[in-house]
Amino acid sequence: MQTGDGFTHPYVPNAAPEPRRKLLEALGIKSVDELYASVPESLRLKGPLDLPAPLPGEADLRRHVESILAKNRNCRDLLSFLGGGCARHYVPAICDEIAGRGEFLTAYGGGPYSDHGKGQAIFEFQSLLGELVGMEAVSPPTYDWGAAADSAALMACRITGRNRILVPRHMSPDRLAQMRGFVKPFATIAEVEQDPVTGLIDLDDLLVKLDGETAAVYVENPAFLGAIETQVEAVAEAAHKAGALAIVGVDPISLGVLAAPADYGADIVVGDIQPLGIRMLAGGGCAGFIATRDEERLVMEFPSILISAAPAEGGGYGFAWSTTERTSYDTRHEATDYYGTTQWLWAIGAAVYLSLMGPDGMRELGIGIMERARYTAAAIDRVPGLAVPALRGSFFKEFVVDVSDSGKSVAEINKALLDRGILGGSAVDERRALYCVTEMHTKADIDRLVDALQEICR
Amino acid sequence: MSAPDPQTSFHAARWNEPLIPELDEPGARGMLPPACDEDIAEAAGDVLSGLPEGLVRKAPPALPRVTQHRVMRHFTRLSQMSMGFDVTTDMMGTCTMKYSPRVHEHIARLADLAEVHPRQPEATQQGILEILYRFNRMMCAIAGMDAFSFQPASGAQGIYTNACIIRAYHASRGEAGKRDEIITTAFSHPADAATPAVAGFKVITLMPGEMGYPDVDALKAALSDRTAGLMLTNPEDTGLFNSRIKTFVDLVHEAGGLCAYDQANGNPLLGVARAGDAGFDLCQFNLHKTFSAPHSGIGQGCAAVGVKRHLEPFLPAPAVVETEDGGYRLDYERPQAIERIRAFQGNVHTVMKAYAWVMSLGAEGLRAVAETAVLNNNYLARGLSRIRGASLPWPANNKPRLDQVRYSWEKLHEETGVSTFDILVRMVDFGVQHYLPSHVPMLVPQPFTLEPGESLTIEELDRMIAIMEAIAEEAYTAPEVVKTAPHNAAIGHLDLSVPEDPDCWAFTYRALKRKEPAWTAPDRVKRGAHEGGY
Repeated sequence: MQTGDGFTHPYVPNAAPEPRRKLLEALGIKSVDELYASVPESLRLKGPLDLPAPLPGEADLRRHVESILAKNRNCRDLLSFLGGGCARHYVPAICDEIAGRGEFLTAYGGGPYSDHGKGQAIFEFQSLLGELVGMEAVSPPTYDWGAAADSAALMACRITGRNRILVPRHMSPDRLAQMRGFVKPFATIAEVEQDPVTGLIDLDDLLVKLDGETAAVYVENPAFLGAIETQVEAVAEAAHKAGALAIVGVDPISLGVLAAPADYGADIVVGDIQPLGIRMLAGGGCAGFIATRDEERLVMEFPSILISAAPAEGGGYGFAWSTTERTSYDTRHEATDYYGTTQWLWAIGAAVYLSLMGPDGMRELGIGIMERARYTAAAIDRVPGLAVPALRGSFFKEFVVDVSDSGKSVAEINKALLDRGILGGSAVDERRALYCVTEMHTKADIDRLVDALQEICR
Repeated sequence: MSAPDPQTSFHAARWNEPLIPELDEPGARGMLPPACDEDIAEAAGDVLSGLPEGLVRKAPPALPRVTQHRVMRHFTRLSQMSMGFDVTTDMMGTCTMKYSPRVHEHIARLADLAEVHPRQPEATQQGILEILYRFNRMMCAIAGMDAFSFQPASGAQGIYTNACIIRAYHASRGEAGKRDEIITTAFSHPADAATPAVAGFKVITLMPGEMGYPDVDALKAALSDRTAGLMLTNPEDTGLFNSRIKTFVDLVHEAGGLCAYDQANGNPLLGVARAGDAGFDLCQFNLHKTFSAPHSGIGQGCAAVGVKRHLEPFLPAPAVVETEDGGYRLDYERPQAIERIRAFQGNVHTVMKAYAWVMSLGAEGLRAVAETAVLNNNYLARGLSRIRGASLPWPANNKPRLDQVRYSWEKLHEETGVSTFDILVRMVDFGVQHYLPSHVPMLVPQPFTLEPGESLTIEELDRMIAIMEAIAEEAYTAPEVVKTAPHNAAIGHLDLSVPEDPDCWAFTYRALKRKEPAWTAPDRVKRGAHEGGY
C-alpha cells in the first residue's frame, strides 16, 4: 500500500506529491512498492498501523504532550529531599545552554575532523573529572554508575585472573541488581557486612571474605546510605594485600572536599556525573564513568571509547578514538564487555559545570552541602520520635532517618509530608528513610521540613 | 534539474581554541555556589573535623579558574566545530540520522520532566508513567509485539537485554547449560555478536553469500540442539534485506531457539513490515535513531525492547501497569524478570521524544517516513553508483537496497591509490559530515556506507552526489589533494598513531603534559592508525 499522492509534513519533505513524483521519475518506477521487492509480500502489512490520530501541528502536539506531563509534580514546585542515586543540585544556565546547542545535540559518529569541537569537549570532561578522582585515564560516559561498576568488576577479573567480587551489603540495591545480572556468566558476588548503625564496612568480615579468588573489593564512598566510608584506605590496603583491586564508587560533587580516591588506594574509580550540572529528567540524567591510572594493562581493559589527544599539523591538538580494538565494535563475538551509545551529552554538560565551578567553587559547594546536611540531620534528630544515627559519624549529603519511635511508618510520614508540599526521603524500609540535602536547600526549606515533621510525628 | 556546484568556499570555524586548563587565570571564578546561611554554618561547625586526614582533600582539585563569559565562549566555539544534523547533512550509514524536532527539546525542559526525581511517589509521576504506557502500546502496534520495556539506554544495551531474555527463557525451561549458542551475521551490528557473548553465549557468525547476506544453508549448518537463538539486523548494515528471513525464523524455531530482531535499521520498515509478523519472539529499536530522539553526540539513547507474550515475564522490573482507577503504577512483582539493566526507568525523556514524534506523524506518516527513506536511498544510490571508481558489491542481488547502501571504492583505489578513509576526510572540506566506511569485519574492500534517511530534500541529496563526484574526480586528477585532506576543517591533519601508542596516548590534560615529549621522540616507533569502522 502506498500513501496515495503523497504526504505533506514538515519532517518528510520528499513525501510531498511533487518531490515524490520527481524521485519516482528519476528512478524510472511507478511506485515505491517496487523498491520493496526484497521484502516478501507475505510479510508486508496490508493496512495502516493501529496508532492514535496524529497531531501534525506543532502547537497541537505540544499542548497534547505537555498536558500529559502536567499530571506530574516536580521538585521545583515541591520541596524535595529525595536522593539515592539522583539529586537536585543547581544546574547553571550555561550548562543548559551548551547541552542544548544543536551542534552537540545532533552530532553522532563524526570523527576527529568533522567533530573536532565535540572531541575536545569530551577530552576536557575526561581531564576535569580526572582531576577530581586523581586519575589520568578517564572514560567518556557509561550508561550509568551501575554499568561503570559492572565493567570495573569484570575489568578486575580479567586483570587479576580471578572471579570473585566483594561488595558492601548495603550498596545501592539497584546497582547490586545490575551487577548480579551482568557478572553472572563470569564471576560471583559476595556481600561484606556493614555496621547497621555507622554504615561503615565491617573490616573483620572483609578480611574473612578476602581470599585468593577475590578480583576486587567494591565500596561506595559516600556509602549508599550516606556515610563517608572513613576506613576506605584500610579497605584498599586489605584488597591489595590479598592481590585484589580496589574499586571505589563516588559522588563526584563531593570531591571538592573529599580526597581523590586515587590518593587512598583506589585502582578503579566509578560513579555518576548527574550531580555535575545535569537535569534529573526522572532518571534520564544519570551517566557513569570509569577511571584508572594511565597504565597500559589497565587502559587496555576499558570497554568504552577513549578519546585521546593527538598532534595536529600546523600546531594545536586534535582528538581521536584510541585503541578501538579494545571495544566490542571490534571484538564482536570475542567481546568481554560491550559499549554503544551512552550519555555523552551529559559529559559535555559536566565539563561546562566543572569549568564554571573551578577549584574554589567545588570546595565551597562541598562544605556548604555538608553544612546544610548536618544542620538538617541534627534538627530532625531533635524531633521526638525521629533519630539520625549518622550524626555520630560523617556524611556528605545523605543520611538515614529512623522513624521507629514515631509510631508511624515512612510511608505514612511521607504521605503527610506530601500533603504539605514536601517530598520526604525515600524508604529504605518501613522504618528508615534516606534523606538528601543539597546546596539548593535554604534554611527556610529545612526549617519548613523540620516543622512539618514535628507536626506529623506529634 | 541541474546538479549544484560542489565547489564551495566552505571552511569550518577554526578557533584554535585552547584546552580549558590552558585558560586558567588566578582569581577567576565562573560560578559562585549558593551562599550558606550563617546560622547553618555556625550550627554545623567544622564538618570536616570528624574525618580522617587521608579522606580530606589537602588542596582544592586542579580545575581551571575561568571567568564565566570565557567558559561560555569556550564551549560555544567548540560547538561551532561540530557537525551535528542541525548544522549540515549527515548520512552516516547505520546511524539513521534524521531531523530531531526541536519542540521535543523545549518540552523536555519543562519542570514537569526535567525536575522530576525518579524516586517520587508514583502518584506524582502519572504523566511520565502515562507516556511510558502509551508508547508501550504504540510500539506494540508498530512492531507486532505484546509488551515493551524502555529501560535500556542504547541499542547495544537493548540487544544485550534481548540476549539476557533469551538466556532467562532457556534457564526457565531447564535448558540453560544445554542451549548456549547464539547465531548472528557478519553484517549485523557488532553488538549483535558482542552482547550475547557478554551474556555468556558462544556466538556463531554467519558469513554473507553471493546475495550479500547469509544463505539458508549457512544457517542450517550452524543450527543444533545447542542453539539458544538468532540475533540479527535486517536489513543488514549493507542495506540488503534478507528475503528468506521467515525461513530463517522457522528453522531456528524448529531447532528450539528464539529469534531476536535488531531493528537498528528499522526505519525503512515502519508501517511496511513488522518483527512480530515475521515470527520474531523479541526485538529492539533505537529511539535515538528511527524515532528521531537526538543522537546527542553519542547519547542519550534508549532502546525499545519488545517481546511476544511468552517472553513478557522476563522483561526487567518495573513494568508500567494500569491501576483500577485509571492511573498507572510501577509493578515490581515480576519473579521471572531478568536483573535490572539500567538505573530507574531508563531515559524516559528520550521515550517522550519518540512518543511525540509518532504522535506528530501517525500511521500514514510513519509509512511515509519509511517509503521516503527508501526512495531517497535509491535515488542517492543511483547517483553514487555511477561515479567513476565506485561499485555496488554482490551484483547477484539486483533487488533494491532499503535504507542504506554499502558501496565500494575498490576500483578507484586500485586506479588512484586513494582510499575510502582519504575520501571520508576530504568530505569534511565540503561542509558535510562524512560517511561510515563499515563496521568490522571490513569484508567489502574500501567500503563506504551512506543512509540518507527521510529528512533531507532533493537538493541535499543532489549536493551529496555532486560532492562525492567531485572528490572522486580529484582522486583521479589530483590525488594528493584527497590524500592530504582535510584542508578546510576545524583542525589540521592529525598524527593518528599517537592515540594508539601507550607511551603517547593522552586521555587527560595531565597525561598530555606528561607524555607530550614522547610524541616527538626521535626513536618513537609509530603504530598504525586504527582503520576500523564504528
